[in-house]
Amino acid sequence: MRNNLMTIIKKELARFFGDKRMVFTTILMPGLLIYIMYSFMGSGLTSRFEAEEDYTYRIYAENMPSSVSAMIKGSDINVEYLDRDGVSEEDMKQAVTDKDAEMLMVFPENFEADVLAYDSMTATTPAPQVALYYNSADTESTACYQIMASVLDGYEASMANKFDVNSGDEEYDLASKEDSTGQIFSMMLPMLLMIFLFSGCMAIAPESIAGEKERGTIATLLVTPMKRGQLAMGKIISLGIIGLLSGISSFVGTMLSLPKLMGTESNAMDASVYSVTDYILLLLVILTTVLVLVGALAVISAFAKTVKEAGSMIMPLMVVVMVISITSMLGSGAPKEFYWYLIPFYNSVQGMTGIFDFSYSGINIVACLVSNLIYTGILSTVLAKMFGSEKIMYS
Amino acid sequence: MEEIMKVKGLNKTFTLSQKQQKIEKTNEKKRIAVHDLSFTSYRGEVFGLLGPNGAGKTTTLRMLATLIKPDSGDAVLDGSSIVNAPEEVRGKIGFLTSELKLEGFFTPNYLYNFFSDLYGVEPAVRDERKKRLFDRFGITQFAEVKVKDMSTGMKQKVSLVISLVHDPEIIIFDEPTNGLDVLTAKVVTDFLLELKKEGKSIIVSTHIFSLIEKICDRVGIIIKGEMIICDTLEAVKNGKSLEDRFFEIYEETVGEAE
Repeated sequence: MRNNLMTIIKKELARFFGDKRMVFTTILMPGLLIYIMYSFMGSGLTSRFEAEEDYTYRIYAENMPSSVSAMIKGSDINVEYLDRDGVSEEDMKQAVTDKDAEMLMVFPENFEADVLAYDSMTATTPAPQVALYYNSADTESTACYQIMASVLDGYEASMANKFDVNSGDEEYDLASKEDSTGQIFSMMLPMLLMIFLFSGCMAIAPESIAGEKERGTIATLLVTPMKRGQLAMGKIISLGIIGLLSGISSFVGTMLSLPKLMGTESNAMDASVYSVTDYILLLLVILTTVLVLVGALAVISAFAKTVKEAGSMIMPLMVVVMVISITSMLGSGAPKEFYWYLIPFYNSVQGMTGIFDFSYSGINIVACLVSNLIYTGILSTVLAKMFGSEKIMYS
Repeated sequence: MEEIMKVKGLNKTFTLSQKQQKIEKTNEKKRIAVHDLSFTSYRGEVFGLLGPNGAGKTTTLRMLATLIKPDSGDAVLDGSSIVNAPEEVRGKIGFLTSELKLEGFFTPNYLYNFFSDLYGVEPAVRDERKKRLFDRFGITQFAEVKVKDMSTGMKQKVSLVISLVHDPEIIIFDEPTNGLDVLTAKVVTDFLLELKKEGKSIIVSTHIFSLIEKICDRVGIIIKGEMIICDTLEAVKNGKSLEDRFFEIYEETVGEAE
């Protein structure tokens, strides 16, 4: 027979790419959704804890010394001091609770004199106490508290400055861009990628195997002289191609939006720290992982009578893959011994972790790739046997 | 006469699931679908398998088409054994049954080319054959319409045409006119006679007497998985109408028709 494998792959791809809705939901949408969702979550998280820059803080201040109010004026914020005439302290606190004011600052009378007279070495009474009442459930009030606390810290330091820590303009954090990117990417991406790849493959494999069984179209293929093995391989390869595209779409969406999600400055995290070799290895790991995933999902789907049944039969595998994926977030980096890289799915997760944090060794990646290909071969053989089994195909 | 299909002692037993046992109110775990079935058909003949529903006709044809394997026995089709060389058999036969569906997403044109590729038909031969068959069945104007958007009759015609992409010597046809309107049914029976004229060997299963009388040279009556009688149509009829003969035979074997 001429190249039946190619014929099957071509047909499967024609089926998929001919259906614009399927292309959109399987390939374009995941990447787009992830990008939008992560970007939105990132900016949402940041703004959740940051007040607007030109916000005017409404403050009740009791006994505020002029030296402190001068410092507040000198710092770069807008403050409105609320009128305290005839307002009891209880009412002022209530106003903070009700978010009608951001803060109540209570200084002791003669604060400046007390502070000057106070010597921590010889004092027998507690140091003068400033009370800052704020509302932690209110973003602006929290921001106000942080600003005032640091203003007062500065005030204290200006009176008895013995030494400073990191007060210059220098860059003190000496972590390289590689390190910080590697740390975050190696923690997040292997897990996310596995989940994306799984959901991408899950969207297509049951339809292509159990769906054909359900609709009776697989029997039409099985009465042709084509070898069952070719049909199995053709299905796995074409599903792999589609799964890979779906995975890459999610991957690109993640890479582009992850810096936004983490709220890190763009120069601390940069996908360009990885070399072309790193990306090629990553792509190879992803490719072989997709093949194993598709193979496993195809075998499970072949057992099912309907697409719906396949969906529920896949669930246990999904849980296993998710749990394995989380291992990238636990422990201290990828294991070094190569035999870990023979365990399906775990090898992919740890291989990707190694690539992202620059700690991979060639032999481990090779072990991962080769074992994945062997698993694909085994799964493909099993699938071919199942195609040949009348009990499974026409029950 | 050259033997083209020799079926010898085919047996097939199905295991009943508990659910099926409940539905059929039986405690049997096994159901004998086909028992020690043998027959021979000759090149250029139309052979008819006649029998009531559940007699084992479809199971027999599925075994001959290598979709399922016999428990024991064998059949040799044009020199290839269904047990030892199922792939060879698949290349030699055209099998058509309502269970074999076409993917609704594709057009007849695409599917014809796809299956031609799987059967290894050369493109030039394929295009000539496609044009002839599409014209013959009035598919040409629907060649680019998705199968799912077609009428049942048109779908059936497309299935028929596609089962013949490789111009097989042996055509196995399960219930060829089931579910078809009278016009389409006539198109199909006329076509079977044409194929016979071309020298093809055809085996059909049916429970329709008139169809057998119209197209078959040789007929085998199957009841409860066993071949009761197998001979030329005239010999089976024995001077009566096929319908009368069938009920006679049925009564002799099973007793009064239930």
